[in-house]
Amino acid sequence: MNSAKRFDLFRMLFSVLIALLISFVLIFFVSEEPVTAIVTLITGPFKSKRNLGNVVESMVPLIFTGTGVCIMFSANQINLATEGGFHLGGLVAAAVALKLGLPAGLSPFVAICLAALAGAVFCTVPALMKIKTNSPELVSSLMMNYLSLWFCTFLLMHFLQDPSVGSASYKLPAESELFTLVKGTNIHVGLLLALVVAVLGYVFLFKTRTGYELRLTGENEAFARYSGINIVKVILLSQMVGGIVAGMGGGVELLSPIYSRFSWVSLLGYGWDAIIICTLARKNPLYTPLAALFLAYLRTGASIMARYTDVTLEIVQITQGIIILLVVAEQFLSGMKHRMIAREAKASLKDEEVA
Amino acid sequence: MEKNIVLQMNHIMKIYSNGVVANEDVSIELEKGEIHALLGENGAGKSTLMKVLFGIESPDEGQIILNGQEIAIKSPQDAISKGIGMVHQHFMLVPSLTVAENIILGVEPKKGGVFIDMDRAISVADEIAQKYNFDIDVRSKVDEIPVGIKQKVEILKALYRGADILILDEPTAVLTPQETDELFIQLEKLRDSGHTIIFISHKLDEIKRICNRATIMRSGRSMGTYEVKNITTEDMSRLMVGRDVVLTFEKEAAKPTAVQLKIRNLSVRNGQGVLKVDDLSFDLRGGEILGIAGVEGNGQSELIDSITGLNKSYKGQIFVKGTDIEKSSIKDIRNLKMAHIPEDRMTSGCAGNLNILENLFSNQYTDPEYSGKMMLKTRRIQERSNELIQEYLVKCKSFRQNVAMLSGGNIQKVIVAREFSTGPDIIIANQPTRGVDVGAAEFIRKRLLDFRNAGCAVLLVSADLNEVFSLSDRLAVMYKGKFSGMFTDVAAVTEEELGQYMLGLKHQEEQEGVIYE
Repeated sequence: MNSAKRFDLFRMLFSVLIALLISFVLIFFVSEEPVTAIVTLITGPFKSKRNLGNVVESMVPLIFTGTGVCIMFSANQINLATEGGFHLGGLVAAAVALKLGLPAGLSPFVAICLAALAGAVFCTVPALMKIKTNSPELVSSLMMNYLSLWFCTFLLMHFLQDPSVGSASYKLPAESELFTLVKGTNIHVGLLLALVVAVLGYVFLFKTRTGYELRLTGENEAFARYSGINIVKVILLSQMVGGIVAGMGGGVELLSPIYSRFSWVSLLGYGWDAIIICTLARKNPLYTPLAALFLAYLRTGASIMARYTDVTLEIVQITQGIIILLVVAEQFLSGMKHRMIAREAKASLKDEEVA
Repeated sequence: MEKNIVLQMNHIMKIYSNGVVANEDVSIELEKGEIHALLGENGAGKSTLMKVLFGIESPDEGQIILNGQEIAIKSPQDAISKGIGMVHQHFMLVPSLTVAENIILGVEPKKGGVFIDMDRAISVADEIAQKYNFDIDVRSKVDEIPVGIKQKVEILKALYRGADILILDEPTAVLTPQETDELFIQLEKLRDSGHTIIFISHKLDEIKRICNRATIMRSGRSMGTYEVKNITTEDMSRLMVGRDVVLTFEKEAAKPTAVQLKIRNLSVRNGQGVLKVDDLSFDLRGGEILGIAGVEGNGQSELIDSITGLNKSYKGQIFVKGTDIEKSSIKDIRNLKMAHIPEDRMTSGCAGNLNILENLFSNQYTDPEYSGKMMLKTRRIQERSNELIQEYLVKCKSFRQNVAMLSGGNIQKVIVAREFSTGPDIIIANQPTRGVDVGAAEFIRKRLLDFRNAGCAVLLVSADLNEVFSLSDRLAVMYKGKFSGMFTDVAAVTEEELGQYMLGLKHQEEQEGVIYE
């Protein structure tokens, strides 16, 4: 049904448009210089190489967590522990970089691998709890994020802390840093990794046996069970793979040129953003880079706008919120969709009569 | 006779959001005080037309004229306020409440404007039951009364809300022949008191018995309205189906081979602890079709769930090809070459939001033909999908179309294609043709017979008596978890007799631990 897919895309773009329009109206209400603010929001990211760099850099963590969430949500496992998994991944990478003293090349490799492992273990806990105690993963994973935050903060303060700077680790050694791809920006090799992960995520979900099992279970668990699919395996595996990607994302982000120390003492929100990415990408990892680009562009624009005009950064939160509300509201534009389908059906009736 | 038209529906068109054209151009006209049959196959658009009349669906084109005035019916509440009542096929009653409470639900008599006046509720409910000669104790709880009575409660509910036009959606589908007789007496009384009744059915003999006129529908169009006494059942069925229906299959005598499925002392309790299958033992051999008839809810679902591995908490033994499946997973059982057509295609038979291809391989994607250790062989799967779509005559644009976008009959064909394409030795078919158009039903039945002729063992559970009669080599009637009857000579059984077994009025002589071999 191609027309249905086209309509879906149209609806999404329309939602984005409405959200932007509402945000612009709000800007007109709160700002002394609304036109300047809006122009800055839209053109700001293109104004300098550094600004453009900012857009691309901030895509990286979004692609990672977005892909992780796509995998878990495809299996209908509403695990929100990507947030904590990402955080833990960052801490593990920092610990490896600081404590193991590995040579360049090997250091980031080991750090990212262990970060992925930590993310996997972390995100599997809600799955195990679901299987063993039937607790909903939504609740347990949500709570676990705070566990991750305070556990990481504890480790930071006791083992990694640089007393001279307060709540941050010692400076990360140069051997562990991911190298930059574009001079004059912080665009780093992690971007390539993120893109590879998005493609692999797509291949996993749509081309492998396990991915098929995941999606089947996600769409209709009773049907999957009836077909002979091992549901327990799906619950476990989907959240584990999601965790791998999230943890890896945390590791990559921390080792990027953006950070010189581990200094995350509050949750960064990439896990929440991932839900936006997943919604915009329609649970297909292949589209996460596009969704991430959009979100990164909007945020970079907003932060430039906040710097140069009297509109605060939070306006972008409103825009995001409206987009998500409209995209997930199934009945939004349903009348229009119905008319479109009815028109097609009537046309094909006429065709049949002619034939 | 002077015509007194109460309701007209003119040129109704209804297209569903999945693109299915349920009503293309349907017109119907009701006279006051008649029982008007709405006749058509499953999927002909009868229910849709009535949903439009009852305000559940809004039409894309056409007009509705009630008592000479064009009206728009926006919701069921709106329909009720205009004097239109509907009794659904699946009852809309609250089982834990009493009959009286169900009747007054939503229009309760109030005490002091706030509290429900229970005494008055009982008296008004009783009053209305008396008025229409319904013999019902309005104080009894709905979950304790039999199906036939539940239906009467539904009718009373509509009458209490002031319905002049009463829509009955396949009212006899869940009734035994005896309960049907009783219902018909009530309906005639209602007609004589000036109510207009729309009787949706595809059972010709019932229409002959009780209806004055019949509007016949076929694939979304009305084929005309006829005086029932002037039209033969043969003509009705021809108009309904578009060709002569083959009600009996030409089939050769069964050649039963080895036992494929052996059930011994099977007892199953449902989630509430109620005993649904009671110490049942039987064998199913290759090359035969064992039909199980019975009113729904007499343990058929529990029996099937246990055999197919969906339910693991049963007592007794189930052997599939000699293997005790007590510890086998669903996958293990499927690997023993058992196919399963589930009772409810949308809840467990398919994933509506996935495409046809993805729905065709859920039971065989691990076959080396379709996947390696990790990767799916996409091209091979696509080729095979096209083959299956052609072989099973699935009407669709391509295998990329989502299953939810197909009509009921085509969804069932996808399921049957999936289950049959593995080359099964045992087929468990639960209501394989329910809600499926004639063409598809005939196709599926033919396939079942082909498999039986090729030596496959078939267990067929069906509420469609015609189906079990025409296909079964042996026919069992299930009543309260036991076989109340087992007939080896199916041709010798009459429908009335079967009805008595289904109702539990008759039992074959019972022996402890009888094994039906």
